[in-house]
Amino acid sequence: MALRLPRIGTSQVAALVLILAANWMVSPQFFDIRMQDGRLFGSLIDVLNRGAPVALLSLGMVLVIAMRGIDLSVGAVMAICGAIAASLADSHSLPVVLAAALGAGLACGLWNGLLVAVLGIQPIVATLILMVAGRGIAQLITEGRIVTFTSPELAFLGSGSVLGLPTPVVLTLGMLALTLLVVRGTALGLMIEATGGNPRASALAGVGTRVITVAVYMWSGLCAALAGIVAAADILGADANNAGLWLELDAILAVVIGGTSLFGGRFSVILAVVGALIIQAMNTGILLSGFPPETNLVVKALVVLAVLLAQSPRLGGFLAGLGVLFGRRP
Amino acid sequence: MPNDDSILLSLTGFSKAFAGFVALDHVDFTLRRGEIHALLGENGAGKSTLIKTMTGVVARDAGTMRLDGVEIAPRSAAEATRMGIATVYQEVNLAPNLSVAQNLFLGRQPTRLGLVREREMRRRAEDLLAGFGLSIDVAAPLESYSVAIQHIVAIARAVDQSARVLILDEPTASLDAHEVEVLFGVMRQLAARGIGIVFVTHFLDQVYAICDRITVLRNGRLAGSAPVAELPRLDLVRMMLGRELSAATAQRPPRAPATDAAPLAAFESFGKAGTVAPFDLTLRPGHVVGLAGLLGSGRTETVRLVFGADRADCGRAEVGGQAVVIASPREAMRLGFGYCPEERKTEGIVAELTVRENIVLALQARRGAMHPLSRREQDEIAAKFIRLLDIRPPDPERPIGLLSGGNQQKALLARWLATAPRLLILDEPTRGIDVGAHAEIIGLIRDLCAEGMALLVVSSELEEIVTYADEVIVLRDRAHVAQLTGEAISVPAILAAIAEAPADAA
Repeated sequence: MALRLPRIGTSQVAALVLILAANWMVSPQFFDIRMQDGRLFGSLIDVLNRGAPVALLSLGMVLVIAMRGIDLSVGAVMAICGAIAASLADSHSLPVVLAAALGAGLACGLWNGLLVAVLGIQPIVATLILMVAGRGIAQLITEGRIVTFTSPELAFLGSGSVLGLPTPVVLTLGMLALTLLVVRGTALGLMIEATGGNPRASALAGVGTRVITVAVYMWSGLCAALAGIVAAADILGADANNAGLWLELDAILAVVIGGTSLFGGRFSVILAVVGALIIQAMNTGILLSGFPPETNLVVKALVVLAVLLAQSPRLGGFLAGLGVLFGRRP
Repeated sequence: MPNDDSILLSLTGFSKAFAGFVALDHVDFTLRRGEIHALLGENGAGKSTLIKTMTGVVARDAGTMRLDGVEIAPRSAAEATRMGIATVYQEVNLAPNLSVAQNLFLGRQPTRLGLVREREMRRRAEDLLAGFGLSIDVAAPLESYSVAIQHIVAIARAVDQSARVLILDEPTASLDAHEVEVLFGVMRQLAARGIGIVFVTHFLDQVYAICDRITVLRNGRLAGSAPVAELPRLDLVRMMLGRELSAATAQRPPRAPATDAAPLAAFESFGKAGTVAPFDLTLRPGHVVGLAGLLGSGRTETVRLVFGADRADCGRAEVGGQAVVIASPREAMRLGFGYCPEERKTEGIVAELTVRENIVLALQARRGAMHPLSRREQDEIAAKFIRLLDIRPPDPERPIGLLSGGNQQKALLARWLATAPRLLILDEPTRGIDVGAHAEIIGLIRDLCAEGMALLVVSSELEEIVTYADEVIVLRDRAHVAQLTGEAISVPAILAAIAEAPADAA
């Protein structure tokens, strides 16, 4: 098992700065921020705002991955919860709408958690079930149409602003604070890292690994629900086919870029969010640069490759070997 | 080394080191035609390394190997099989979902114009198995048959690929008595055909039932090799455990007579089918109960039942006079139990977490996630035990995986001592650690006992058990077979109990 030094996240922050600097080079107005109608505008704010759904997903995903799991269903859960919120928005009060959508997210997480923790199904298979079925469920809720709504309260969650910041950004910051409080304010973080690092040892040390597994999948479901609400609120409607499509992969990528190993163990919630921002900054940068957006996928693939290579112990050994080889024969 | 025609396979000077740890040290091994040769040794003695180097799975550092007088050096298991050395592992390496016939001929199906000739394959499979006295439906999937039949199919496949040497790695571990007999029949038949068989097992009865010759490894070295008839059980056990005759006379040091304190925990007819036969066990404050026996005799299985890591399916447990059900480690912890497992790396430490985090883990788990220990409390607990147990380097923030085995073991002891247990279960507490840490851990066991903790200790180090145990329970073939107390505890007495043949055998 690879033993990492205490994480300080310098490489992630450096990558973010590098990408932001690249964005600034292709678009000199990148760092310009202006106040308009009591809300901040600018490319940088846009990165934060557009990155909010993936950042929200990564808050749940990071805990799931730290437990050696994976949650492929978050994109579909976004679609379900967005569909519920959009369907109820014009006929019910906001608290009811939120309770229904968030409750559905928690229920989805409970389902995933029970499959993994109680039935012992491999996480990738267990969550694949809901990834596939979830979009179908969302389509049943919307009856195959794109459901639109006009409720200004719900719309505020997608396009409003609080103290100048877009509401999705504020919600993400709030959820980040809440996640940090839950995992680092209690002993859950330690137990998650212990279980991810060595599940058998942790169970023998009395850690309730099953309960914690179910809890992290539920947290992931909750975060996905919130992301789904934000996405629906932003476009004043729910598109069961496209809401959250492929975002589970961006969330996983954000977590991995944030330095959390897919083999579980040590995790960083903050760096997962930084990972989400790196991804969004790349997306925005490519749009600004005028390259066709299709390039984005290729660039993203290269970044994934770079991150995975950097994590590979075999490559590390190979490079060290090369160093020795060339060190001896200058 | 005898140099005659009967020699089929001879290994000379086999050595292998892993990252500085010597797993095999100049081991010689000779297998004759038609011989069933037991390869024995305790955990870590080098049996699997020897087999892996023989079959090319692992590259050897030194040594030569001759098969029928020709020097060979297989670089992979497939190459070894082609050369005539086939291995059948405990976990059958076949495809359970394919039919028996497909398994037998996988990769070498009879074909015509590139198409598999199913009927031809089935006919040949039936002929092949008939040679082993097996008449089964070869079209049925392999998984529909018992483990014993799966083993025979694996053996048939190996032998049919022109094997001259057959290595059986613990084939009988999951078989019942009747299945073992069937397997032995096949082995005898193969031996009669001149095939040399290397038989790895932990069951001494089976060695005496079927083998012609025994080779024992200990700590990577050849401990001895002799025909079965010249090696009585007691000598064999001594050879495996490395007891010299002089050491075997070691006596327990004098100490205060054990008091008859009220039992902390009592187990009656406690057991689990297929794991360990029902046993009685009484644990008292200030008492050390030692569990002795060979590997696979049911020692670890016993303590796992006591700790709830496996669930007993019969018997009763009482703690402090109250009947209890111990269904999980969490419940055992609530009763005041602690357990340091034998497999330190896979079941003990969480390698990438710090020493501090590893030490507080069990205490934190007992308090629950909602009652976190503050960082200051964690630091104090870690500092206290690092000092008390002299954990080195004394850095609580170092990942525990970077510590030596002995210091990891101390940190695991600290994990449980931090929970102030009433009963501490130690499974091989001194395995794989250096001599200094050894003595410290023995000293600690004595101190804890003097403070009134109940201890249940599994150990292969008989001298050690003798020095600290108030009671020794000897296990053999997954059953508790003898109980020694007080003055009766001695290394020769334990050895005799381990080696004793069961009444119905012989």
